[in-house]
Amino acid sequence: MNLFYFIAFLSIFFSLLVIFSKNPVYSVLYLIVTFFTLTIHYILLNAQFLAIVNFIVYMGAIMVLFLFVLMLLNLNEDSEPMKSNLIKVAGVVAGMCLLVTLVGSFRALGDSDPLILKNPEIGLVKNLGKVLFDEFLLPFEISSILLLSAMVGAVLLAKKDPKKI
Amino acid sequence: MELAFVIEKFALVIVIFMISLGVAAYSTLAERKIAAFLQGRVGPHRAGWGGMFQPLADGAKMFFKEEIIPTQSNQFLFIAGPSLALLTALIGSAVIPWGQSLTFGDTVVQLQVADINVGILYIFGVVSLGVYGIMIGGWASNNKFSLMGAIRAASQNISYEIAMGLSIIALLMVTQSLSLKEIAAQQSGFINWNVWAQPLGFLIFIICAFAECNRTPFDLPESENELVGGYHTEYSGMKLGGFLFAEYINMFISSAVMATLYFGGYNFPFMNDLGLPQNIITLIGVLFLFAKIFFFIFFFMWVRWTVPRFRYDQLMNLGWKVLIPLGIANIVLTGIWIIVKDTYFK
Repeated sequence: MNLFYFIAFLSIFFSLLVIFSKNPVYSVLYLIVTFFTLTIHYILLNAQFLAIVNFIVYMGAIMVLFLFVLMLLNLNEDSEPMKSNLIKVAGVVAGMCLLVTLVGSFRALGDSDPLILKNPEIGLVKNLGKVLFDEFLLPFEISSILLLSAMVGAVLLAKKDPKKI
Repeated sequence: MELAFVIEKFALVIVIFMISLGVAAYSTLAERKIAAFLQGRVGPHRAGWGGMFQPLADGAKMFFKEEIIPTQSNQFLFIAGPSLALLTALIGSAVIPWGQSLTFGDTVVQLQVADINVGILYIFGVVSLGVYGIMIGGWASNNKFSLMGAIRAASQNISYEIAMGLSIIALLMVTQSLSLKEIAAQQSGFINWNVWAQPLGFLIFIICAFAECNRTPFDLPESENELVGGYHTEYSGMKLGGFLFAEYINMFISSAVMATLYFGGYNFPFMNDLGLPQNIITLIGVLFLFAKIFFFIFFFMWVRWTVPRFRYDQLMNLGWKVLIPLGIANIVLTGIWIIVKDTYFK
């Protein structure tokens, strides 16, 4: 339990550094460390597959792309565009909405029905695969179609309009 | 957690660490010797017999060179870059089974540091982290050539990781396990090696391994004649040595992974028919594994001095338009093959 509190402290500490560091590249690097602490949380919950997938997908792929874009733009403290107050207010409102949603969902969840205690082996690859492809097959396939449609949309947006050339 | 267990694992980690560094150091000599052989030269031959002490001389030179940190660079990240590159290169060896178990009286020593049941995915994760060292080092140098090299490395690694993942999925359909220990144990003898079941998957995997290690013909991140030195343009002394060393360690680890996944790991032909004690079989198996690894390292070097570097658009076309469709086709073919085998050739 002490280990959990230590790791939880590190997660919160580094995620605060993500927000407060001036240099965007530093922000991304702190975000990578935050994701690493989340991976440790998954391991503590005995969710090996989720841990390693978080490691590969978030730390190894998505964050590389974030870093890639930031390095390509090469943003500095000086060249950072001034944000208008309207955008700042909108950001605060959106953040609060997310907070309310999260708190509401966690309250509804309650800790009387913890999924992890019923079957501590659920996080292993074999058990997770059986659950995903049996009990939750339809949501699983629908979420993969969602990802595919997002990809198609991105390609469509990036493509030049043939009429305008 | 007993003390004996901790000491055993610690000793194993130290030995593997030493072997990784030793192999990486002598790979530099082997590279120059093989280059010399392929180009009809003699190669390094002054330090020691046939240049045996050349790696030591190179190492000493690297240590005593002046360390230059550019004033306009980001000091902390400039040092963190090569350190991260070395770190990610070295931690990959933790899940590789170097041999079967050795028995001393009552104690059984497994020649593997950690047998986690998501071993392949761990290797895959470490490989995907490998690019951070290059990216951070290249960006922190505050140099256009370094930045270009870093960006090339990032996009190249992301592109080839997908094809590599697809080839691994097809392999998993055959082995039914993610644990490297179990995969190695399944391939006993010669006929059970995975390369016979997955020839196309192996081809995709080895091409992707070349790209992930930034070896020629995929060494665009450091291509000398367009980017000066690529991501390590500004580096000197042992920090440059760190980057170069990381490349050779990566080569060693990826050779070990290829040997384990596709070429039977520590297994060798007729291993169960010799009638030797288990410990002897294990030791011969370790030697065979290293022979396979050295063959793959030789293959890396052979290709380097044979195939010229690709253009960047050729690299991207190969990754996205050739290897990924091939990888998907390989998965479908493997699935059909498994079903046909289970239905008709029981």
